[in-house]
Amino acid sequence: MSAGVAVVGAAESDLGVTDRSILGLQTQAVTRALADAGLTLADVDGIATTGVSRFSATQLADYFGITPRWTESTFAGGSAYEMFVARAAQAIEAGQCEVVVISFASNQRSARSRKMSGVHEPWIPEAQFEEPYDVLYPVSYYAMAARAYLDRYGKTHEQLAEIAVSAREWALLNPAAFRYGKGSIAAEDVLSAPVVSTPLTTADCCLVTDGGGAVVLTSLERARDLRRPPVRVLGYGERSTNTSFTAVEDLTVPAALGSAGDAYARAGITAADVDVVEVYDSFTITAALSLEGLSLCAPGEALDLIADGRTRPGGELPLNTNGGGLSYCHPGQYGVLLLVEAVRQLRGECGPRQVEGAEVAVAHGTGGILSSHATVVLGVDR
Amino acid sequence: MNESVRPGTGWSPAEVPPADEVTAAFWQATGEHRLTVQRCSACASVQHPPRAVCTGCSSMEHLAQVDATGEATVDVATTVHRAPRPDVVVPYTVARVRLAEGPLVLTRLEPPDPEGSGYAAGTRVVVHFHVLSDGRALPYFRPAPTEEY
Ligand SMILES: [Zn+2]
Repeated sequence: MSAGVAVVGAAESDLGVTDRSILGLQTQAVTRALADAGLTLADVDGIATTGVSRFSATQLADYFGITPRWTESTFAGGSAYEMFVARAAQAIEAGQCEVVVISFASNQRSARSRKMSGVHEPWIPEAQFEEPYDVLYPVSYYAMAARAYLDRYGKTHEQLAEIAVSAREWALLNPAAFRYGKGSIAAEDVLSAPVVSTPLTTADCCLVTDGGGAVVLTSLERARDLRRPPVRVLGYGERSTNTSFTAVEDLTVPAALGSAGDAYARAGITAADVDVVEVYDSFTITAALSLEGLSLCAPGEALDLIADGRTRPGGELPLNTNGGGLSYCHPGQYGVLLLVEAVRQLRGECGPRQVEGAEVAVAHGTGGILSSHATVVLGVDR
Repeated sequence: MNESVRPGTGWSPAEVPPADEVTAAFWQATGEHRLTVQRCSACASVQHPPRAVCTGCSSMEHLAQVDATGEATVDVATTVHRAPRPDVVVPYTVARVRLAEGPLVLTRLEPPDPEGSGYAAGTRVVVHFHVLSDGRALPYFRPAPTEEY
């Protein structure tokens, strides 16, 4: 019987508009997560992070004055943090390290560092064959996926907008959310917002905020001696599909089917066992495709699944219970905050937005232009 | 199919990086207003963009650029309403089109389709070329002439 690995600490940095540095926000997230676990920097011997610098994990180790036995900085955008959980679990089970901190922080809103055209790397094929057409990166890819999905299944933008409407309802229950106190929205508000790349409007697109988060992992054995109830890592899986706009033949087939299939198999569960769902909602379509990828519905039925408020507070499929990237926080690589919320739900700490009796949660990250996909299944220790 | 930008479109493409040893033949052909795809003579795979290896059979020795018909159908299109850089005029339409030879290609469609619903999947389009200042030309697509005229 595998000894297992658990999440023992979870925290956010300051969120929103912080006027703080990346390392300042990283430090908040890491020290708060360690405090949550009852640990200190001296306990940490594994670091996984990106977005700090070219040598991200080493940079953070230097900054914290530690010499880790294990680091990880796979760059996979918003899905990296779910991948880090998999790598960390393997490293802990293999005995390479004992206490891993997975963290991310960005000050992109304060620093105004986000660009509509993405990052220019002139040596990659996309620079010669895609960028000259001024395609918006990443928005236009998701816009194409939305157009293809709605056309293929005969659905409407109004139906898709429920992803944003539902996220706002959850954000209204979360004082940390950027849109907390900003009131409900309706599908027509999403449709009538300024168009970015058809059919998507600004209200289909995630926030651009500062923010960060961290989770702490260790062996289940050690976790049981720490101050918080352990949240077990039950399964994980990933797929990496494309960097170009043209590599994926059919934009309506979610690659998450593969990553979630692997994660469920490893966890020994099916979609029916999932109590709470935290998926990357960089755009409304991202979340819709993820629901299908997680096999929570049949292909083409995601917009039926979310209809009638089923994913809103009190609904049968609690989705993005912190308000998501659409209404809570989106610091550029939101994946770590999916994990933070999933852990908190399984520990029953979510107050008015708590999903009663949540025992199994899924965090599913998506990076790039539906480029990388990673699923983590978490569960209470029983 | 050899004009530069048509009056009224206001299209000034983003800078196109120089070709490298793998893409040189593609760009050289555009200077003659020929659209090409990379074909493997060992396994008959056709791919785009050009690569140093055939993804069908792993050969590095049997790849060459061959002329495409220039005919394609729209896979999916989106119309951009927010300019990613100061000197680009919105709205404009970008799309994945499937060449008659098989590969999907990212491109621009002219004229633009502000509502984003005019270039339905399957719409037939043909290649045109926007001349660049360095002698190369950037392929883009326009609706195919209708046959009843
Ligand atoms: Zn071949």
